[in-house]
Amino acid sequence: MTIHVKNPGMLTTVQDLGRYGYAHLGVSAGGAADAIALRIANRLVGNAENAAALEMTLLGATLEFHEPRIVALAGGECDCRVGTDSVPMWEAVAMRAGDVISCGPVTTGARVYMTVRGGFVVPQMLGSASTNLNGRFGGFEGRALMKGDALRVRRPSRDAAVANRERNPHAVELVERFYPRQPLRVTRGVQADWFAADTFERFLSARYQVGDDSNRSGLRLKGEPLTPSENRQLITEGVALGAVQVPADGQPMILCVDQQTTGGYPKIANVIAADIHRVGQLRPRDDVRFEEVTIAEAVRLLREQEKWFSRMLRSRGGNMRR
Amino acid sequence: MKVVAASDSSVLVTLGAEVSLESHQRVMQFFHAAQQLNDRRIRNIHLAYTSMLIDFDPLRLTYAQAIRLAKKIATAKTPSRRMRRDARVVTIPVCYDAEFAPDLADVSAHAKLPPDEVIRLHSSAMYVAYFLGFQPGFAYLGGLPDALHIPRLATPRKHVAAGSVAIGGGHAGVYPADSPGGWRLIGRTALRMFDASAASPARIAPGDRVQFRPIDRTEFERLRTSRADSAR
Repeated sequence: MTIHVKNPGMLTTVQDLGRYGYAHLGVSAGGAADAIALRIANRLVGNAENAAALEMTLLGATLEFHEPRIVALAGGECDCRVGTDSVPMWEAVAMRAGDVISCGPVTTGARVYMTVRGGFVVPQMLGSASTNLNGRFGGFEGRALMKGDALRVRRPSRDAAVANRERNPHAVELVERFYPRQPLRVTRGVQADWFAADTFERFLSARYQVGDDSNRSGLRLKGEPLTPSENRQLITEGVALGAVQVPADGQPMILCVDQQTTGGYPKIANVIAADIHRVGQLRPRDDVRFEEVTIAEAVRLLREQEKWFSRMLRSRGGNMRR
Repeated sequence: MKVVAASDSSVLVTLGAEVSLESHQRVMQFFHAAQQLNDRRIRNIHLAYTSMLIDFDPLRLTYAQAIRLAKKIATAKTPSRRMRRDARVVTIPVCYDAEFAPDLADVSAHAKLPPDEVIRLHSSAMYVAYFLGFQPGFAYLGGLPDALHIPRLATPRKHVAAGSVAIGGGHAGVYPADSPGGWRLIGRTALRMFDASAASPARIAPGDRVQFRPIDRTEFERLRTSRADSAR
């Protein structure tokens, strides 16, 4: 019941929807940087949304199947092939015994998720299958996958139905809905009033570029520098996922899933929950813009997104679930 | 108490204006009360010196409800007694050998004290774990003797070994895992500081009292070996 790693790609880790309840011990929630893609990919193969899956970063993995399996790929755009056959994304796909799937470079976005019907089996650590790279625990031996690793897969509860190899007719709509090319919506940060009104306006009108030194802990942005109107010292405090921190050099940083739980930099804004998965798909040199919304609006957008999510899954009906 | 929205999914509860034992105790009291509530809509609590961030599920708890919840937690009475009873003293054996203490000479020069005196001061203080952050199991320890306060390295090291005992600013700490780090390294412990498979994963929990006990290289190796055995 194993899948063999022939090539791990750039950074492939086991992730689920995260680890909650341990932030007071310095353990951030972690989990898939793009939780929407992980949830969809799990639903496509008939798994629970939280089942453990592979998160591949910028360059995908090459994996060998030793038995028939149903898999799904979702997230950033990636050319995945079995031999010369292209493997469609956003669709349940049947793999045969002996198939080798090669996932190439991620051409749009940063991360691709692969789920397998039944789910990958790793020990639950502090209630989650997610790999915590900073703490070196969870996932597959607390680390990124390496060549030669053998991944265990849970036997599905029912015999897997034959998946189709046709393109998901909703894929285009789905990508447009969840990954629109529009600014990241933010609410005002806890220290937003440390910045002069025109500085905040410049933050909202500026275009930033994602720095090369970005990872699952945070994204460093390059562009319009931001300076607080007065030189105040912040007492280190708890920081939320998606917080936009402004360090001394004025170049903002967005906290991603493997964030530190506390921070000492003022926070000008916070990316809203409905857009946080899009932060996980930002790649070095991508452009980033911000747009301010109220908290009430942010919650409304999240509810709307969740409604759309369940509607979409219903409309796919049996095809989606099997 | 001040409660403000930090995001659409979190509120920041501030319980003091400056870093002090009193603020810390208020934070711990509030934290224990929040934990006793066992409200599943609360996903995470990020503790800090004078405040905490309460991360909640925005689909199940509104911002207004979160503020009401915070006020309810603040008025809960029982946990202060419980906290006092629970205050543990954790002793960390430290080997201060030169190999583990690349910054001891700099600390000694900065403090204008001989290295032995730096070690004596570091290992005679009683510390309090204000909170854990930076990485899983990393406790920010207050109570470092004034003479040992020292700025962090201008350029952090890219690699600090797990178990490194360090001081930075007015704090002491122990690195639980290999990581980058900007604090001054003055010793090493063989104890595992964070073990995700243990019932209590963090050796030092928030609110714990902490002491460092000097040990020689022989005892360090003995501890390291017994740890390796118990891990098998």
